Amino acid sequence: MQPFTYERAGNVQAAAAAVATRPEAKFISGGTNLLDLMKLEIERPTHLVDISRLPLDRIEETPEGGLRIGAQVRNSDLAADPRVRSRYPMLSQALLAGASGQIRNKASTAGNLLQRTRCSYFYNRNMPCNKREPGSGCAALEGFNRMHAVLGASEACIAVHPSDMAVAMTALDAQVETTLPDGKARTIAIGDLHRLPDSTPHVETALGHGEMITAVTLPPSPPGRQVYRKVRDRASYAFALVSVAAVVEKSGDRIRGARLAIGGVAPKPWRTREAEYVLVGAADSGSAFSEAAESALAGAVGRGGNDFKIPLAKRAIRQTLAVAVEGA
Amino acid sequence: MTEMTTSSPESRSSETRNSLIGRPIGRVDGPLKVTGRATYAYEHAVNEAAYGYILGAAIAKGRIVEIDSAEAERVPGVLHVMTYRNAPAQPEFGPAVTPTVPEVFTRARPVLNSSRVRFYDEPVALVVAETFEAARAAAGLIRVRYEEEGGVFDLPARLADAYAPGRTNAGFETDSATGDFDGAFAAASVKVDATYRTPYEHHNPMEPHATLAVWSGDEVTIYTSAQTLANFQAGLASTLGIPRERVRIVSPFIGGGFGAKLIVHADTVLAALAARVLRRPVKVALTRQQMFANAGHRAEMVQQVRLGAGRDGRLTSIGHDVWSATSGFEEFCEQTAVFTRSLYAAPNRLTRHRLVPVDLNRGEWMRSPGEAPGMLAFECAMDELAERLDLDPIELRIRNEPTEDPERGVPFSTRNLVACMQEGARRFGWERRNPTPRRIREGRRLIGYGMAAAIRPNYIGAAAAKVAIDATGRVTAHLDMTDIGTGTYTILSQIAAESLGVPIAAIKIELGDSRFPRTAGSGGSWGASSAGSALHHACSALKERIMEAARSDDRSPLRGADAAEPIFVGGEVSVGNRTVSLADLIGRIAPDGIEATGSVAAGRNTESYRTYSQHSYGAHFAEVAVDSDTGEIRMRRMLSVIGAGRILNAKTARSQILGGMTWGIGAALMEETVLDPRYGHFVNHDLAEYHVPVNGDVMEMEVVFLEEYDDKANPLGAKGLGELGVCGSGAAIANAVYNATGLRVREFPITLDKLLPGLPASAI
Ligand SMILES: Cc1cc2nc3c(=O)[nH]c(=O)nc-3n(C[C@H](O)[C@H](O)[C@H](O)COP(=O)(O)OP(=O)(O)OC[C@H]3O[C@@H](n4cnc5c(N)ncnc54)[C@H](O)[C@@H]3O)c2cc1C
Ligand code: SF4
Repeated sequence: MQPFTYERAGNVQAAAAAVATRPEAKFISGGTNLLDLMKLEIERPTHLVDISRLPLDRIEETPEGGLRIGAQVRNSDLAADPRVRSRYPMLSQALLAGASGQIRNKASTAGNLLQRTRCSYFYNRNMPCNKREPGSGCAALEGFNRMHAVLGASEACIAVHPSDMAVAMTALDAQVETTLPDGKARTIAIGDLHRLPDSTPHVETALGHGEMITAVTLPPSPPGRQVYRKVRDRASYAFALVSVAAVVEKSGDRIRGARLAIGGVAPKPWRTREAEYVLVGAADSGSAFSEAAESALAGAVGRGGNDFKIPLAKRAIRQTLAVAVEGA
Repeated sequence: MTEMTTSSPESRSSETRNSLIGRPIGRVDGPLKVTGRATYAYEHAVNEAAYGYILGAAIAKGRIVEIDSAEAERVPGVLHVMTYRNAPAQPEFGPAVTPTVPEVFTRARPVLNSSRVRFYDEPVALVVAETFEAARAAAGLIRVRYEEEGGVFDLPARLADAYAPGRTNAGFETDSATGDFDGAFAAASVKVDATYRTPYEHHNPMEPHATLAVWSGDEVTIYTSAQTLANFQAGLASTLGIPRERVRIVSPFIGGGFGAKLIVHADTVLAALAARVLRRPVKVALTRQQMFANAGHRAEMVQQVRLGAGRDGRLTSIGHDVWSATSGFEEFCEQTAVFTRSLYAAPNRLTRHRLVPVDLNRGEWMRSPGEAPGMLAFECAMDELAERLDLDPIELRIRNEPTEDPERGVPFSTRNLVACMQEGARRFGWERRNPTPRRIREGRRLIGYGMAAAIRPNYIGAAAAKVAIDATGRVTAHLDMTDIGTGTYTILSQIAAESLGVPIAAIKIELGDSRFPRTAGSGGSWGASSAGSALHHACSALKERIMEAARSDDRSPLRGADAAEPIFVGGEVSVGNRTVSLADLIGRIAPDGIEATGSVAAGRNTESYRTYSQHSYGAHFAEVAVDSDTGEIRMRRMLSVIGAGRILNAKTARSQILGGMTWGIGAALMEETVLDPRYGHFVNHDLAEYHVPVNGDVMEMEVVFLEEYDDKANPLGAKGLGELGVCGSGAAIANAVYNATGLRVREFPITLDKLLPGLPASAI
């Protein structure tokens, strides 16, 4: 870890401005991701702006009937919130499927969205990695890529975004609110927050330097049954091999509405609109689920170690849809 | 839940019933640990300590061409940067194989003594600074240029290059052959010929390797985390080129070792070197990531198991061939097929160990060396054979139960394998298992049952103990033994209290200092029996000395007491009808206290070891649920029934078995260190990516100890069990996975991607 200076921001705008004026400055919230990366010198900020004590830790009703979640709301508090549990159960399930109790107690909503990939080569400074060191190559392409992306990746980078929470929020059509260094606010659809790697995998989000996330808003909860299913190598405390966030609304034995997002398979939480089109109006049968699964994984490319994620994701989607329908 | 069965008629139950030995007493050091007052290596506080941080090599093989540490040296607080260019002289590393087995523990292990890089992340520099943070930051500023050479890392593709080592770990014969294996196997009516692969694994004790070195004149005190102090003392003395007496090792509490703390590592050597150069105390710890390359591993292996049987289910031939990776510069041959020599009867037998050199650091002893990978393969092969014979796996094992050690031809001391299996079957509800795989379903889950046998040799290491009683009746024992989290403090307290007839509270056990009488430390499951026996003898000697004085001293109320056997119980001594308080007696006859010593010789040098085959046994049972869509395997229940001689403390013993069973879950389902053959590094070198079972993976576990007393093993009647829980438990799980799914995965760990291709199309 390289030395850095530290300040505690007094308010949102001051925080944004403090980061904006220094090219090597970063926000620090729970620090559960950033500090690990700093110890390994994957991240080497020279200045940290601590935003963890800003009063952004409330969950409020919106006039539209949704929820506005402050950027500093802890993952454990968000998961336990009764409104979240009753109206957005998949979000609560996704949060509780992530990390460990201790980490969730520290982790913030914005920090979770902006956590970086767990690619082992990214984490090792001796290895080529285009995300860490643009132009150095990608050690994972021909290496140990069991955890890596099958959708949305590029020849420059096949890393996945590891968040569970973000997958559920993507299925829920969340909006991300930010404050720019000049004090202006903007709103970004969650689907537009993370960028695909293309040839610039080091550019991960649509946020500008110094742009700070202040809240995430959820529109009113969609009708239907919500399920978050995480498939992983051990029962707890493991990143997703594949995860599925599904909302299914039934009418008789037909599907009236469907939302489907998958995690662990792409550089960003992956909304699968084509699969949703397949589902809406279809009979709630295995064949519709299979068709949706095929459609969700259309164009998926395995890189050897992660080939299994393609059939696994299809199976997980079919199972999750079936479970959602059973209870819908 | 733990139980002691009480049925065995010839057991010494009446003797043990009221004994302190065996009682499930909580750890005497528990309060210290849970309140943070047990001092671990890195926590020892001295004035003026400086902090070292190791920089590891970025390549796996080659030479350092240039090291530029100028920028690092300018970092405020940096005191010293040590590289091969300025490190104090150390002996050469020496040959890949030491002339004798024990020398592997005592040989010099130089660090920073050459520009050669032998493995990825091998130390190339040590930065010492006023703070850990400054040292670490400065290490990041050192520029190293290498001349890289291609290393070799692959095992399976290079089996043809394998060589036969001169011996295996612990000095066993490399090969064994009885009868005509090839002929008998060819002629067998039912056969299994299966090849299994087990991956690199890492110990990952919670406490990292860490050392504080403090010189005083030409003597150094090393506060570290060590399982065997004598090895550390000798190994460090050889490396520093000083007599052993000038090295003192202190290691009172150890946060787990699992075999990774049997020899000195870079932290100890570098702390000692830097402290001498700087003339002030230096602390060095390995980071978790550094432990993967620098603190030992279990090597990758390929094992071919060939079993031939008649239709009656009797084995005619047993073959177990092992190919293992080994470091090129220091050979380590895990004794993977050695247990096969003692487990089942068969007239024609063959076991062989072969090694393939790779450019990695040396492999080390990892909990249950030999049995852990060996039984994982072998006990799966037995399951495969049972299915081919259409026999219950327990029945197959019973039919091949030997009457004497099949290769040594000597009787067993005690062997309750069949009883363990039968008791386990009854308790586990084994009859509910459907022998045809994939028949038990619960919703989307496939349920499977599996079992496997467990065997682990009983070793005894040379050990000595000193015990003293003072005029208030307080007893203090000293041994250079260690408590690596196993409960040694507690069982030694029980042994001393029982032997001297005083309450546990009157006992103080002092461990973890090389100035105390020498033991074999903790390793190979020998700790409790070896140190315990030595202490038992010391207590007997102490009682004799007390009685000598009591009978002859004028001030003694027992003066002239007849020759009747004295009884020490309840803090009192009785001879015939005379009873006195022990404290009172000592106060009168020896106001300065009395002390005595006791010892045991290493097991292999004893008559009983030569004339008896001594092992602990057990039977493991597992129930798993497999998601038929995703292939996720989750444990439901495990049961282990153990026959390991007299149980010294039912609680700490149970904890050992539970821990071992958990290791079985890890080995069967998730533990694997991935080696990238392009760079020669372990890819998943932290605890987020190297998966060990977490609480949610463990589920229901039960341990049952059969009542047993092994009078051949040692005066306590106890046998080693610290590693027994690992032996075979992974195979029980793998067999359960097979029973659930009908899929036999022979490449461990069994992760869901390996099941996926064989699972039925989703059942929706
Ligand atoms: C061992 C381990 C296992 C884990 N397992 C999982 C898992 O299974 N599933 C899962 O989803 N996650 C998992 N995590 C990740 C965990 O969820 C994240 O570390 C956590 O959510 C990050 O939140 P934080 O507040 O600590 O972020 P920090 O570490 O403080 O920050 C992360 C990043 O976000 C930036 N940032 C923070 N707040 C803002 C803001 N308001 N505006 C702009 N930028 C901001 C920081 O500058 C930094 O770049 C795991 C983490 C660990 C260490
Ligand atoms: S996948 Fe991306 S993060 Fe991983 S090594 Fe390649 S470029 Fe780096």
